[in-house]
Amino acid sequence: MVERYPTAIPPRALDYTGAIMPQLMPDEAELTAGLRIVPGRTYGFFTDTSLCIGCKACEVACKEWNALPAANLGLTGESYDNTAALSATTWRHVAFVEQISAGGARVTAMQPYQSNWLMMSDVCKHCERAGCLEACPTGSLFRTEFGTVVVQQDICNGCGYCVPACPFGVITTSEVDGKAHKCTLCYDRMKGGLEPACAKACPTDSIQFGELGELQGRAERRLATLHERGVANASLYGAPGTPGTTGGIGPLHAFFLLLDRPERYGLPVAPTLPSRRVRPAILAGLATMAGIALAAAATFMGEKK
Amino acid sequence: MVMGSNMAENHPIAFRFVLEAKERNGATIIHVDPRFTRTSALADLYAPVRAGSDIAFLGGLINYILEKDLWFKEYALAYTNIATIIEDAFQGAEALDGFFSGWDEDKHIYDETSWQYRGQIVPSPMAEHYSRQGHPEPDKAEESLTSGPPPTDPTLQHPNCVYQIMRRHYARYTPEMVERVTGCPQATFLQVAEAITRNSGRERTGAWCYAVGWTHHTTGVQMIRACAIIQALLGNIGRPGGGVLALRGHASIQGSTDIPTLYHLLPGYLPQPSSTHPHGTLADYMRVESAPTGLWHNFPKYIVSLLRAWYGDAAAEANEWGYGWVPKITGDHSQLPMMLAIRDGTIKGLLLMGQNPVIGGHNTTMIREALPNLEWLVIRETFENETASYWYKSPEALRGEIRPEDNQTEMFMLPAALPGEKEGTFTNTHRLIQWHDQVVEPRADIRSDLWFTYHLGKRLKELYADSTDPKDLPIQNLTWEYPEHGRIAEPSAEAVLREINGYSWLGREQIASFADLKDDGSTACGCWIYSGVFPRADLNHARSRRGDGPDGPGTHLNWAFAWPANRRLIYNRAAADPEGKPWSERKRYTWWNAEKGEWDCLDALDFEPQKAPDYVPDWSTRPHGMDALDGKSPFTFMADGKGQLFSPSGLKDGPLPTHYEPVESPVRNPLYGQQDNPATKKWESADNRYHTVGDPRFPYVLTTYRLTEHHSGGIPTRLVPSTAELQPEGFVEIPPELAREKGIANLDWATISTARGAIEMKVLVTERLRPFAIDGQQVYQIGMPWHFGWEGYATGDIANALTAVVADPNSSIHEGKAFTCDLRKGRLRRGDSEASGDRDAVASPEG
Repeated sequence: MVERYPTAIPPRALDYTGAIMPQLMPDEAELTAGLRIVPGRTYGFFTDTSLCIGCKACEVACKEWNALPAANLGLTGESYDNTAALSATTWRHVAFVEQISAGGARVTAMQPYQSNWLMMSDVCKHCERAGCLEACPTGSLFRTEFGTVVVQQDICNGCGYCVPACPFGVITTSEVDGKAHKCTLCYDRMKGGLEPACAKACPTDSIQFGELGELQGRAERRLATLHERGVANASLYGAPGTPGTTGGIGPLHAFFLLLDRPERYGLPVAPTLPSRRVRPAILAGLATMAGIALAAAATFMGEKK
Repeated sequence: MVMGSNMAENHPIAFRFVLEAKERNGATIIHVDPRFTRTSALADLYAPVRAGSDIAFLGGLINYILEKDLWFKEYALAYTNIATIIEDAFQGAEALDGFFSGWDEDKHIYDETSWQYRGQIVPSPMAEHYSRQGHPEPDKAEESLTSGPPPTDPTLQHPNCVYQIMRRHYARYTPEMVERVTGCPQATFLQVAEAITRNSGRERTGAWCYAVGWTHHTTGVQMIRACAIIQALLGNIGRPGGGVLALRGHASIQGSTDIPTLYHLLPGYLPQPSSTHPHGTLADYMRVESAPTGLWHNFPKYIVSLLRAWYGDAAAEANEWGYGWVPKITGDHSQLPMMLAIRDGTIKGLLLMGQNPVIGGHNTTMIREALPNLEWLVIRETFENETASYWYKSPEALRGEIRPEDNQTEMFMLPAALPGEKEGTFTNTHRLIQWHDQVVEPRADIRSDLWFTYHLGKRLKELYADSTDPKDLPIQNLTWEYPEHGRIAEPSAEAVLREINGYSWLGREQIASFADLKDDGSTACGCWIYSGVFPRADLNHARSRRGDGPDGPGTHLNWAFAWPANRRLIYNRAAADPEGKPWSERKRYTWWNAEKGEWDCLDALDFEPQKAPDYVPDWSTRPHGMDALDGKSPFTFMADGKGQLFSPSGLKDGPLPTHYEPVESPVRNPLYGQQDNPATKKWESADNRYHTVGDPRFPYVLTTYRLTEHHSGGIPTRLVPSTAELQPEGFVEIPPELAREKGIANLDWATISTARGAIEMKVLVTERLRPFAIDGQQVYQIGMPWHFGWEGYATGDIANALTAVVADPNSSIHEGKAFTCDLRKGRLRRGDSEASGDRDAVASPEG
């Protein structure tokens, strides 16, 4: 968290010392996230669950900025999670996992940072190779100049091919307009020089926005610090060479620091890109066909005998 | 240390800095709470305690600190009253089985005479210096306090010095007793004790955060006192990284006590004149409310300047600066008895601004039955709330028990502006007064509270302009001139802030600080503690937004304005040792600069700048005010300048915190024969019954609370889809052990009842709640958020229909954090309701 503001208050902060804003603030992300957003570079999220307090400010900020409707699911009974999953109308989702007991008794002494009631703000991973993008027949899904994956609503025809193509179950189609929707990493805000809404709203900097390479380095250092401080179960998910990047997906542009096994949070341990499954699937299909043909041939040949 | 607060959930922005302390300094985070919450999840140590048992836990810590001799002696000996000798007649709770000397059983109050320093009468540092106990006698106080220092025994051997009294008082609060009373395992308690004592001394400090988890008890004030004692013993007051931090519950709630919405205070913590005190004339009022020594000696300057600001040219020395026009209170007019007065027909009209008492009041079953007694009800709100719609939308209205056509109350619903639609200031936990501008003008007939109050006042002045009735003088003479601007004639909030800051009466020059205020009518000031926020006509310090860089000092003196005097850390003389040197380089903050002959401070100094550490009052001159405090007395609001481990005046329920059970408890008090706080304010009646101790009909402890996802009475969040969906329904949380016993599964319905009412809620079964073993008895504790009602998208029964009207004797705050109830599987039987309730018989859920 401290590292996010590594050296100083950004010098430009002193341009805004009065309560009256002279105009819209250009490149606001420079003040709120410590970087200027430049097209052609790759950006993402590092979501560090060790700092998450489960406040859901990210969910609210996302819905407010993107004008998304409420899920209206009622009380789910799943701890304090009442939005249940990522969907066409919920682009940030905080998962809650209660494990208050350890060895049969409820805990009193715990490891530092978040523990025993796990809270994780999930989001679209903006994969290096995105299944949804590959499956999209209309070109509605595209890779932006910031390295993110976005649905163009005026082109999407609602075919839904992207839905099963996402190995993480992120993208769904809306019941209102039939089209596919998901996190855009606040494409519109980034074009305006603004940090994505969820990251800006996060009070504890559990959600950090930045250039992907920089975030990956930061995550490695954070992991080392946590291990030093006795958080033995901390691990990365979606950083290069870690779970979540398997099956041809590659590094996730929105990646995570977790405090338990990925499946505890509902994240797949070894996801694969659907296109990687095509060749084996075709081969398996062909093999089956060949087998049937051979069997048939054998049968008929046998009859001839 | 977070106790009495669910900081991560209810103060998420402030909790950022807790995590930052962990990141930068490796701070240990401890959470002591009845429930495992999102705060506990981020803590290193979680100590479970039964709701309402906090003083037993804190008393255990005091006992541990004293008996293991782990207190910070250089600090506490010099800066607190630990060595002060108390009157011989004093007797404590261990001798009197839960009482202190001076209890008057007939009047239900304490006489504080025996609590005084030996031979000295010490007025309270609180706003209400003249307590209703009949003491202090102001002349005797003056005589005794100006003739010499308090009697002390620096060797701490005197049997009636505070140290020995405290050791006797807390001797029975052993770790074993802590476990018996609170249910917290001894081992965990000891881990907490070791952590906080390890973190004390010249090099180290620790901070405590609390919130309404402490105040919402009949012993709430004493819980906070117990914390203050621990912090003073460990040297954690007035030093960077220390403190007792009161986390305020919502935006500018600090501001609304500074410039109060409270019935018993005038702006700046000056007492509201009272008909039951010797407040007949201004001279009498000032005589009993000024302290002879310490900062409160300046009281006349603050009150006269306030009267000048209010009554302007009409105020003169001859008419006591208009003192007679200030209304006098006749008793307790706080929210709880106010609702009773509506029930009884004493109050005929009610104006609500930002209040939703049908949800946020207590025993709201009774409140809903009381409201129809009103002749008129005005509600200023952003949405229609439950208090505005109870008469046609409440369950009893839908069932036909209340008929809208029978409602005789004239109802007014006035739309109120949201923060972005108005300009003004917020004052929050850290006492920072921060300005915000208007973003958009409110639509249609929506108006700001400032607009409403100002234009209402203007119309009242017009209405009474020609009156010759003397009772209309207060309105006629009120100064009420503020510039208006724009389409809707919005008054200028900056003009109001300029008046709050204060100005010279003749020259109309802004004053720079409250040190410039006079008691001769030559200055006007709306709130003395805010002086300095607008020190020049063109400088609104609340607008400043210049933070310190990474090189420090980190006091950020150019970011907004902290009252008083832009001081970020109150009592910061204590940040230096008695000789005036920093306690350590690491904790460098305040120090005496002998060359310059004055104090240096990284903050606005809270001391007289040229008073040397070795200054001793010349008692032959009968010193008053600050002259009577020596150079080693940082606590300038106290008459003796010392931190009050033992509080001789001002508390209605004893000079030392003592564990009493909540008014409703499943167990007898294991510590004393006296069960609950003897001075508790009780209003028992047929519609406000209390449960007896261990009543088998109400075996469970119930605690109520808020959730991150909703705001208090719920109006700003239950009506907004993106927050409503996050916690869309009311629920009750119970531990799996109780669920098994009752055959209740997750999301089943349950009926929860008390003698005041019965409601139904869905059940969340969770290990975050746990059974307690209290004094050998298994006690289940259940919990329930109180945000819900019938308005908006997120709905549920009203938890406060279950609570009782009962209050802390010092603050008149309710006990919504700990009371008893019944819980049964199944929904409320049709015909029963939270309103018709459970007064005579327990509801029979249909199962």
